[in-house]
Amino acid sequence: MKLTKLLAGTAISLAIGLGAVSANAKELTVVSWGGAYTKSQVEAYHKPFIAKTGAKINSEDYNGGIAEIKAQVEAGNVTWDIVDVELSDAIRACDEGLLETIDHSTLPAGADGTPATEDFIEGTLYDCAVANIVWSTIFAYDSSKIADGPKTMADFFDLEKFPGKRGLRKGPKVNLEFALIADGVPAADVYKVLETDEGVDRAFKKLDSIKDSVVWWEAGAQPPQLLADGEVALTTAYNGRIFNAVAGEGKPFEIVWDGQVWDLDLWVIPKGAKNKETALEFLKFSTATEQLAKQASWISYGPARKSSAPMVGKYHNADIDMGPQMPTAPNNLTNAVQNNFEFWADNSDQLTERFNAWLAN
Amino acid sequence: MTDATAPQSGEMLVAYDGTPLKQQLAKTTRRLRFNAFMLTLPLVAFLMVAFVLPIGDMLVRSFYNPTGSAVVPNFAEVIKDWDGESDFPPEEVFKVFVEDLALARKNREVGKTVGNLATRVNYEIPGSRSLFTKTARRVGKIEEGPYKEALFEIDKKWDNPALWKTLKRVTQDYTISFYLAATDRKFDDNGSIVQADELYRIYLPILWKTIWLSGLITFLCFIIAYPVSYLLSTLPMRTSNLLMILVLLPFWTSLLVRTSAWIAMLQKEGIINNILVYLGFIGDEHRIQMIYNATGTVISMVHILLPFMILPLYSVMKTIPPSYMRAAKSMGASNFLAFRRVYFPQTIPGIAAGTLLVFILAIGYYITPALVGGNDGLLISNLIANHIQKTLNWSLGAALGAILLAVVLAMYWIYNKLVGVDNLKFG
Repeated sequence: MKLTKLLAGTAISLAIGLGAVSANAKELTVVSWGGAYTKSQVEAYHKPFIAKTGAKINSEDYNGGIAEIKAQVEAGNVTWDIVDVELSDAIRACDEGLLETIDHSTLPAGADGTPATEDFIEGTLYDCAVANIVWSTIFAYDSSKIADGPKTMADFFDLEKFPGKRGLRKGPKVNLEFALIADGVPAADVYKVLETDEGVDRAFKKLDSIKDSVVWWEAGAQPPQLLADGEVALTTAYNGRIFNAVAGEGKPFEIVWDGQVWDLDLWVIPKGAKNKETALEFLKFSTATEQLAKQASWISYGPARKSSAPMVGKYHNADIDMGPQMPTAPNNLTNAVQNNFEFWADNSDQLTERFNAWLAN
Repeated sequence: MTDATAPQSGEMLVAYDGTPLKQQLAKTTRRLRFNAFMLTLPLVAFLMVAFVLPIGDMLVRSFYNPTGSAVVPNFAEVIKDWDGESDFPPEEVFKVFVEDLALARKNREVGKTVGNLATRVNYEIPGSRSLFTKTARRVGKIEEGPYKEALFEIDKKWDNPALWKTLKRVTQDYTISFYLAATDRKFDDNGSIVQADELYRIYLPILWKTIWLSGLITFLCFIIAYPVSYLLSTLPMRTSNLLMILVLLPFWTSLLVRTSAWIAMLQKEGIINNILVYLGFIGDEHRIQMIYNATGTVISMVHILLPFMILPLYSVMKTIPPSYMRAAKSMGASNFLAFRRVYFPQTIPGIAAGTLLVFILAIGYYITPALVGGNDGLLISNLIANHIQKTLNWSLGAALGAILLAVVLAMYWIYNKLVGVDNLKFG
C-alpha cells in the first residue's frame, strides 16, 4: 500500500515536472535544404535565436516541393513548424490553403526605421510567405581545366568550343530559360517566348543539341561534386554552392553570371503547425535586417531586405567581399531573368511531362 | 454392419444435460470455428489495414475526384442542367459560379480552396491555373450582374466555350480523365477522346518498356538460375550448402548496398572499365557507358532478383530422383532427349513459380531504376512515385498504379491458363 502511494506520488510529481518543462522550453522544427545553405541559416538564424529565447530548434533537411506539407496538413498531423520553400511552391501551397497567412505589418522595421513592407525588395512578400534570400541558378566551370573559360550562356551550349559533358538539373525549370537565352532570346523576353508553343519547341530543340552530353543532377550538392570529379566540364548550379566550394574548399571554380535565373527562398508556416507562435517569432527574428546580413557572410545569397545590403561584409573566414558575389550585384544582373512563378505554376505539369517524354526518347 | 449403439428410429440422442446431441455438436463446432476465427483476426485486421484499404483507396482515387464539387458545390449542382450544346451556360450559372468562388476564397478550407480547383482544371487545360487564382482575388468585388460579362472583364480567357465544358466535366465526382491521361489520351475541346500530342506521350511507351524490360530480366534470371540450381541440387550436401550461402548472402544484403555496389562496378571510372582499359581492350577515351541507362538497370536488377528464381527452381530440382534420368538413358535416350523429355518437364512448376515471382517483382521495381536508370532506364513505378511525391497529382498516380495492377493480374491469369496455378511450386 505504501509502495503504491509512493509510486503514484512520484509519477504525479514527475508528470507535473515534465509538464512544466515542456511549457517553458519552446520547441521548433525548422526545415530547409541542407548542406552549406542550412549551415548558413544555423549560424545566422538558429544560434542567435536559441541564445535569445532559449528555444530548442530541431533542424530537418528536405529536397523541396510541397508533398510533405500537403500530406501533413491533410492528415492533420503537422510536425514541421517553419519551412524554407521556393516561390512557385509557396504560391501553390498558399492557394491550396496549406499555409498560415502572415500579417506583414507585424514584421520588424528595417535597421534604419523603414517599415518592413517598404524595406523588403519588391515582390518578396506574399500572403503566406516572407522571403529571406535571393538565390540564382548559374553555370560554372573549373578554371584549372579550361583556361580561356566560357563567357556567355551560348558558350554553355557550344560543344565545339567547349567540349565535354554538361551538368543540368533534371527538370524543365530553368533549363528551358537557359536554352532560349543561349539561342539568342534577350533575358527580358524569355517568358514571352516560352508562352508560345513555338517558343517551347525552340527551347527543346536547343536542349536537343547537347542532350547526349548531359549528366543530370537533382540535389544542389551534386554539381560542385561533378565538377570536382571531372565528370562534367560545365555545369549549372546554385550560385551559393559553387561559391562555398571556392571559398570553403579552395576549388578553382568560376561562375558565369550571363543569363542567370534568379529566384527567392521564403519562409512559410504550414497550417496547423504545432508551434505556430514560436515559428512566427522565429520568422520575424530571422528576416530582420541584421540576421539577413549575417547570413550573407556564410553563403553568397542576397538578403531580401534593402537595409541589409549595406551591412553585407566579408566571408566569415576568408578575405572575400561578399557584395560582388550576390546574384543581385549590379554587374551580375546585366543579362538576368527572374524566375516567373506564375508561368511555372501554370505550365509545370505539362512541361514536366514533355520533358520526361523527351528524356525517355 | 450395424452399430450397437445406433438409435432406434424415433428416439433422439441426447447429451448428458438433456439437450439434443445434434444441437450440442453444432454449438461446439460453432465455438471452435469462432475460436479459430479469433486466432486469425489479427492477421485479417492487418491485411485490411495494410493491404485492402490502401489499395482500395488508391483504386477509388483513380476515378473519384470530388475536388470540383467540394470547391464550388452549388455551381456543380446547377451546371448539371446545362446541356453543353450552347457556347456558354445561362447567366444564373455564372452568378452561382462567382458566388461559390468568392465563398471558397473567403473560407480557405484545406482541400476546398480555389487553388485546388485551379490545380484540377490545370490537369485538363494546361496553363489555366493562374486564371482561377487571379479571378478569385478579384471576384469578391463583383456585386451585381451581368456576371458573365463581369468575369470576361476580369480575364478574357473566360470567354472560351471549351473552358466551361471542362468545368462541367471536372465538377462531376466520377471521372475517367485520369485513366485517359495515364494512357496518353485526353478530351479535346468538343469533349471527345483523342490521343495526346506526340511530344507529350510518355506513359504507354514507358509501360511497354517496363513490361519488356521485366520480361528480359525474367528471361536472363532464368538462363542464369537454371544451371546454378541444377548444380546446387546435384552436388553433395556440404558443397551445395556452401554454394547456397553464396546465393543467399547478397539476398540478405541491403538493396541500396547492392545497387551502390553496381554503380561502383559499372561507372565510367569504375572497376570494370578500369580493368578493360588496363588490359588494353578499350582506350581510355572510349570507356563504356554501362550505367545510368537501361543496361545498368537490367544488370543490377537481374542480380538482385536472381535468388527469387534460384530458390524455387532448386527446391523443385531437389525432389527429382536422379534415377529417372538414368532410366531414360538406359532405354536409349540421348542426354539431350532425356533432359528435354524427362527432366525439364518436371522442373516446370519451379520455372513457373520463379518466373512469376521475378516478373511481378521486376514490373513494380522502383529504387534500383531510380538510382541506376538515368534517362532511359526509368520504369513506370518511377513515374508513379513522381506523381505521388512531386507533382502531387495523386489521382493520376493512382490511375497508373491501377493499370499496373491490372497488367499484373492479367499476367497471372495468362499464367494460370498456361501452367495452372496449382502447379506452381515456391519451395
